Amino acid sequence: MPHFGLFLKRALGMAALGLTLAVPGLAQAQQAPANTLDAVRARGQLICGVNTGLAGFAQPDSQGVWRGFDVDYCRAISAAIFGDPNKVRYVPTTAQVRFTALQSGEVDVLARNTTWTLSRDTALGLDFAATNFYDGQGFMVKTALGVKSAKELEGATICVQPGTTTEQNLSDWARANRIRFTPVVIERLEELVAAFVAGRCDAYTTDVSGLAATRSAQPKPDDYLILPEVISKEPLAVGVRQGDARFADIVRWTHYLLLSAEEFGITQANLDRMANDPRPEVQRMLGKNGELGKMLGLDNLWAVNVLKAVGNYGEVFDRSLKPIGIQRGPNALWTTTGGLQYSPPFR
Amino acid sequence: MSQTTIDPRSLRAPPRRPLRLSWSDERVRAIVWQILVVGIVGAIVWWLWSNTVHNLEVRRIATGFGFLGREAGLPIAENLIPYSPTDTYFRALLIGLLNTLKVAIVGIVLATIFGTLIGIARLSKNWLLSKIAGVYIEVIRDLPLLLQLLFWYAILQGLPGPRQALHPVGGVFLSNRGLKLPWIEWQDAHSYALLAFALGALFTWFYRRDAIRKRILDGKPRPVWPVALGCLLVLPVAIWAAAGAPWTVDWPELRGFNFRGGLNMSPEYFALLLGLTTYTAGFIAEIVRAGILAVPHGQWEAAQALGLRSGQVLKQVVLPQALRVIIPPMTSQYLNITKNSSLAVAIGYQDIVSIANTTLNQTGQAIEGIAIIMLVYLSISLSISLFMNWYNARIALVER
Repeated sequence: MPHFGLFLKRALGMAALGLTLAVPGLAQAQQAPANTLDAVRARGQLICGVNTGLAGFAQPDSQGVWRGFDVDYCRAISAAIFGDPNKVRYVPTTAQVRFTALQSGEVDVLARNTTWTLSRDTALGLDFAATNFYDGQGFMVKTALGVKSAKELEGATICVQPGTTTEQNLSDWARANRIRFTPVVIERLEELVAAFVAGRCDAYTTDVSGLAATRSAQPKPDDYLILPEVISKEPLAVGVRQGDARFADIVRWTHYLLLSAEEFGITQANLDRMANDPRPEVQRMLGKNGELGKMLGLDNLWAVNVLKAVGNYGEVFDRSLKPIGIQRGPNALWTTTGGLQYSPPFR
Repeated sequence: MSQTTIDPRSLRAPPRRPLRLSWSDERVRAIVWQILVVGIVGAIVWWLWSNTVHNLEVRRIATGFGFLGREAGLPIAENLIPYSPTDTYFRALLIGLLNTLKVAIVGIVLATIFGTLIGIARLSKNWLLSKIAGVYIEVIRDLPLLLQLLFWYAILQGLPGPRQALHPVGGVFLSNRGLKLPWIEWQDAHSYALLAFALGALFTWFYRRDAIRKRILDGKPRPVWPVALGCLLVLPVAIWAAAGAPWTVDWPELRGFNFRGGLNMSPEYFALLLGLTTYTAGFIAEIVRAGILAVPHGQWEAAQALGLRSGQVLKQVVLPQALRVIIPPMTSQYLNITKNSSLAVAIGYQDIVSIANTTLNQTGQAIEGIAIIMLVYLSISLSISLFMNWYNARIALVER
């Protein structure tokens, strides 16, 4: 019964939050906000909050090994800190428990399709370190329904996950377009998708990447149609606890490293050769020159470890998201194809 | 001359002693200990509270209940009172509370009726009936409730879509969007009639009490039913007719994707109600059986020997005694239904837990959100307990 585990986990998460906030001794044991890096080092493990199972982003494979785009970010951060991408414990979090899990110290970093918004950035006690995927909210329907545009959804029943920006965007969009709908809100993604597939809802709404992932996981993907409208901006970002600038820097620059590596053509395969590349920024990045790694509080060869483990941003993207039919689109590099992904200089 | 003699010993007061400020005085010791214990508990609570507030500040997590006045922006499928996503979190939580009450109250009524029938069936002399009831009780009590809820929900999802909806009688549609029934368009006249019915019920109750009291005095039977008929049926209908007898039926109709109009029972609500009712009915059946078996067989025989009919035996002799045994455990079952309704989140029924969870997720104020959930369940449970305790005291045998 995975559900009991889920409820138990939620209950424990809430209890842990209550306890850590109430009892200072425990709070220290669970890492005070200011020194996540030390706590991770002392523990010998990074605890990464990921999705409960979303194809392409975070999902255990047949061997039980977590794989996906967000999982690769956990592996990259682990490689940056320990020089080893496998020192990660993955904690699957639902949309509703994820922030509590981060606040209470149950996880160190949240790489879980989380949209960066102002209220989350301020009132929730967390910081968004880096936008690793630019997304937008869309709708998916069954092809048999005969709907070609989201504007035709007047009166429809729509499946949506609670506690998400998706839920709020949906009601904003419906109000703006004078569309009446009946929501069906189920917390567990698996249950929600099952309800949609069973025909409980006419449409299913979430980020377009999530729709593509769900569609590709169906036995007959062609029975489902993703509608052309994208109704929101969803910058999916990696979150850390607020007030720990050093740890946030590590997460942020790990992301920039993946981008810069793609920009300079450094891949998992040619990494050894690139170590002798004469370009000054590549030399600084890979720790040949300067002390950029030490400035982050890491090993000076952190970049080599990260790229050896996961490759550059393009490789991470192609490994997980290309197979489920997601195009680079806005996630292309700004420097080469005018996308939104852009790294400040390694200097 | 007094009617009863009072034992003079019971009138004697214990000797009064002045309070001595000494450790050897029992009362001084008691007071000191009590102050100490209250002080320690108070200090612990204060310490936990101040640390929580401090840590929340350090982590820059917003606190307080100010969020209740902000726009919620969350869509809710089922609401008893008008609601739109532009309303406040407070109203959204109120909708959640009403949804919880809607399933808990209906669940309690249905589980009581259903459970009592099963409990009586279990005692039936009909072999098949008693065995079926026995198997039902054993199976339903042994499976986790969450599993049963998911089972019912999966079954309801397996119904055909709205365009192929089952259509047994005119105006009734059963599909995976729920059960649609025709319903009258509610107008003021209906509200007045309902009010008249409520007042009529109150009056009937007082009349019945008075009739019984007078009958005890003079032995003359005074039938209650003509008054009941007048108050409960004739008066409301007359008022409704006087207000113009509005009668517009709102027929459900397939328009676009879904049915419009009529009364809707969503699969989520139906699955939750079905799961809670059948599960709790299993327990209630056993409580009812135990209660009836607790009345000694001699009581039945004695009542029959007095010439009471079998209905009278049950109503006047057995049930009052059985209820004494039934009511206290029944209270626990009612509390269980209320609390188990929080499993609604698993199947997407938006009860107070579901909405408070979403709220605390959007505002990040987990402690306040959990406090609201606890307050709600505590209030409902205490109300049920108080009512049941009052009822229990009322029906208890008067012992001398």
